[in-house]
Amino acid sequence: MQVKLKIFRYNPETDKKPHYETYKVEAEPTDRVLDLLEYVKNYIDGTLSYRRSCAHGVCGSDAMRINGVNRLACKVLVKELKTSKITVEPLLGMAVHKDLIVDMEPFFEHYRSMLPYLINDEPPPKRERLQSPEERDRFDDTTKCILCAACTTSCPSFWVNESYYGPAAIVNAHRFIFDSRDRGGPQRLEILNDQFGIYRCHTIFNCTLACPRDIEITKAIGEVKKAVATGKLD
Amino acid sequence: MKIHQFDVVVVGAGGAGLMAALYASRNANTAVLSKLYPTRSHTGAAQGGVGAALGSEEEDHAEWHTYDTVKGSDYLGDQDAIEFMCEEAIEAVYELEHMGLPFSRTSEGRIAQRPFGGHTNNVTGKPVRRACYAADRTGHMILQTLYQQCIKNRVRFYDEFHVIDLLLANGAAVGVVALELSSGELHVFHAKSIIFATGGHGRVWEITSNAYAYSGDGVAITLRRGIPAEDMEFFQFHPTGIFKLGILITEGVRGEGGVLLNDKGERFMEQYAPTVKDLASRDVISRAMYIEMKEGRGIGGKRYLYLDVRPETVNKYAAQDGRKRPDGSPYVVTGEEILSKLPDIVDFCRTYLGVDPVSQPMPVQPTAHYAMGGIPTNKFGEVVTDENNTVLPGLYAAGEVACVSVHGANRLGTNSLLDLLVFGKYAGIKAAQFANGTQFQGLPTDPTDFTRQQFDTLLNNDGKEQAADIATEMQSVMNDYVGVFRTEEGMLSAKEKIQELKERFKHVKVDDSGKTFNTELLNTWELGNLLELAEVTTVSAIARKESRGAHARDDFTKRDDDDWLKHTLAWQRDGDVELRYKPVVFTKFQPKERVY
Repeated sequence: MQVKLKIFRYNPETDKKPHYETYKVEAEPTDRVLDLLEYVKNYIDGTLSYRRSCAHGVCGSDAMRINGVNRLACKVLVKELKTSKITVEPLLGMAVHKDLIVDMEPFFEHYRSMLPYLINDEPPPKRERLQSPEERDRFDDTTKCILCAACTTSCPSFWVNESYYGPAAIVNAHRFIFDSRDRGGPQRLEILNDQFGIYRCHTIFNCTLACPRDIEITKAIGEVKKAVATGKLD
Repeated sequence: MKIHQFDVVVVGAGGAGLMAALYASRNANTAVLSKLYPTRSHTGAAQGGVGAALGSEEEDHAEWHTYDTVKGSDYLGDQDAIEFMCEEAIEAVYELEHMGLPFSRTSEGRIAQRPFGGHTNNVTGKPVRRACYAADRTGHMILQTLYQQCIKNRVRFYDEFHVIDLLLANGAAVGVVALELSSGELHVFHAKSIIFATGGHGRVWEITSNAYAYSGDGVAITLRRGIPAEDMEFFQFHPTGIFKLGILITEGVRGEGGVLLNDKGERFMEQYAPTVKDLASRDVISRAMYIEMKEGRGIGGKRYLYLDVRPETVNKYAAQDGRKRPDGSPYVVTGEEILSKLPDIVDFCRTYLGVDPVSQPMPVQPTAHYAMGGIPTNKFGEVVTDENNTVLPGLYAAGEVACVSVHGANRLGTNSLLDLLVFGKYAGIKAAQFANGTQFQGLPTDPTDFTRQQFDTLLNNDGKEQAADIATEMQSVMNDYVGVFRTEEGMLSAKEKIQELKERFKHVKVDDSGKTFNTELLNTWELGNLLELAEVTTVSAIARKESRGAHARDDFTKRDDDDWLKHTLAWQRDGDVELRYKPVVFTKFQPKERVY
C-alpha cells in the first residue's frame, strides 16, 4: 500500500519556523511507523532526524505524536492506524531541537526530583532482603516504565504548566513509595504535596492511554494521591 | 573544541558502563559519555535472567556454574576468568537486590530463579534453576536500577555525546574525542583511565535482536588505534528471534517449559540433545533449527519453526519429561502463569505478529544476538594488546565490547548480564586505582585531527553510493555466509563482498552538513564501523579450520583441539587483517566431547 507520510520538519540552522513535508512511501501493513521514517531518511532525505535504538518498544527513544496520539514509532504498525495518511510530529510541551527530536532534559529533571532510587539506610542482610510475592506485586506495574515521556507530554495539566512533575515522575515515585524495602516514602510524598505536585492531576486518563507499556498510570497516581492525603501507604 | 579533564572517563552507559561508573566514582572524579540517554542502552532489552548459583530454589554451586560455562564455551573460555565470574556472581546479584532491583520472588520471599539453556545440576545433568529474574525484563530492571544508583551517587553524565576516537600517547590511553549531538561540537576528554563499555555489533547481520545503536563503535575505534580484536569469529545466534524481525524471544520461554516444534509437530530437540532437549546451549539449538529447515521441516517449508508455550503443550511435555516443581509436585502451568512470567513476550507477539502465545505458537528463527569476541582484556578489565597479555596502561573494557574471555566460542544465556556486572565493577575499581596512582599524561598536539579526517571523508566525496544499500548488502552476505553454518567458499565470497563494500563506502553520500543532531553523519560513521567488524569477523572465521561453539563449518565439522584450542587476535594493518593467536587458560577442566 502507498502511505502519505506527513512529517513535522524543523532545522534550527536553516528554518525560521517549522513546516511539514509529505512523503509518499510504499509500506506493508505490518511495517512499523519507524520503518517508514527509516525509509525516508535512507532514501529520500538524510537530514530527517529522530531518536531510535531498540526498535521493539523497550528503550523509549522514539516516542512521538502519530496521528495526534503519543506512541512509540517502533511499536505502532501501519495497519493499526487504519488510514494511509500518517502524520508524525514531535512530543508536545518540550522544546524542539530538530525535526522530531525534543529537549528531554526538563523531563529527566522532574524524574530526578522524585528521588528515584531505593532509600534504606538499614544495613542489608548478607543475602537478599526478603519480600513476599504479594509485596513485590504491589508496585510491579510501575517498574515497567521506560521513561519515554509519552505520558507526561500527553497530559493537559503538563501543557498548562511545565513545572508540573508529570505522570512519568509520579509513576517512578510510586515504584519506590510502595516497595516494602523502601523507607523514603514520606520524603517523596512531601515533595509531591506542593503546587507542582500530585494535585495537578485531574484524572484525564491521557497518560494511561498513551503509555506504550500499558502501565495503569492514572491508577498509580490515584494511589499516590491517596497516600499524600492520608499519610498512609496501604 | 572544548577540553574536559577527569580521572576516569567511561564510554557507554549500559549495564557495564554504569556499574563501572558507580565503582570508579567512589574513589575518582568520573564522567560517563553515552551516545544515547543511559536508559536507552541495549542492556534494557535483556529479558530472561542473570546467572548466579544462589540456590534459592534447589541445590546449586558456583563450581557447577563454572563447569557449565566452560562447557558452554566449547572449552575456549579462559577458566581462571570464568571461575572468578561465577564466584563473584552470587555477591553481584545480592548487591543488585540491595540496590533495590525488584527481582521476582519465591513464596519464601527469596530471589526467584528459573532454568536456562546449558545450566545444569552437574550430578544429574538435568536443568537447574540458576537464572535470577524479574519477570521477562531482567535487563530493563538492571539498567534502571544502576541508573537510579548513579543518580543517587551524583555520577556526572554527558548524555548524547558520541565517542569517535581514542587518544593514545607514549603507549598509554590519555583521552577520547566525542561529538556532542545537540551542537555538533567536538569535545576532548582528557583522562588518566578510560573504560570502554560500548556494547556489541549485531547490526552486521540482517536478522538481529540488536538495537540500531549496536554498531561496534568500541572495537572499531580500538582497531583503528592498533589494538587487536579477539575471537571475532564467534558471534552468537540466539535460537528464538521473531520471524523476519529478529526481535528476541527469551530462552526463559523454554525455561518455563516451552518447546520448539517443526512442521510435523515434532519436538525435534529430542534428537539433537537427548538430556536437556530445548534447554541445550544456543549454538546447538540454532544449528538444529537450520538443519530442520534445510531438510524441509520448517513451518510450511519456510524459514521458521514454532516456539510453543501454550499451557497444553508445556504440560504435555513436562509430564513426559517428569518435570517437578521444587516441592516435588508435578509441573503444571496455566495461561495466567505464562502471562505473569512472560508479559513482555506476550506483548511483543501480540504487537508484531498478531499472535497470542498463550493460545498460538510463535514463528521463530535464529537471530544474531551477542558478540563473544571483542577488545581483549584480563579478568580485571585491563585491555591487553598482544599474545603475551601486555597491558595497555589506562585502558579498560567491560561488557559485550570486551573479550575476557569468559564466553569462549559460545555464551550461556544469563551470563551476559553477569559479565557486565562483574567485569564492569572490576574495571571501575581498577580504573580508579590506576588514576589515583598516576599523573595526567600530555595530549597529542592536535587531538581531534583523526576525528575530523574521518568526518571530512564522509562529508566530502562524490556521494554516488547510498549508505542504506551498502548496509543491506553487508547484512545479507553476512547472514548467508558468516552466519550459523559456514564454508570456505561462502566466507571467501563474503570477504570479497565486504572489501568491495568498503571501497564503495569511500563514495558514500551524506546529505546533512549541519551541526545540530546530524544523525545521518553519525549513522554513516557507524556503518563504517560495522564494515570493519564484518571484515575482521570474516577473516578470523576463514582462518579457523574447525567447528567450535558458534563457529560451525560444513567443511571442517569437528572441533580440533590439537590445532585450534587458542584465541584469535586480529589487527587491522594498512587495510589488511593480520591474525595471531594466544593460548587458552586452563585450571580444572580438560576438554572433552560436548554433549547435552
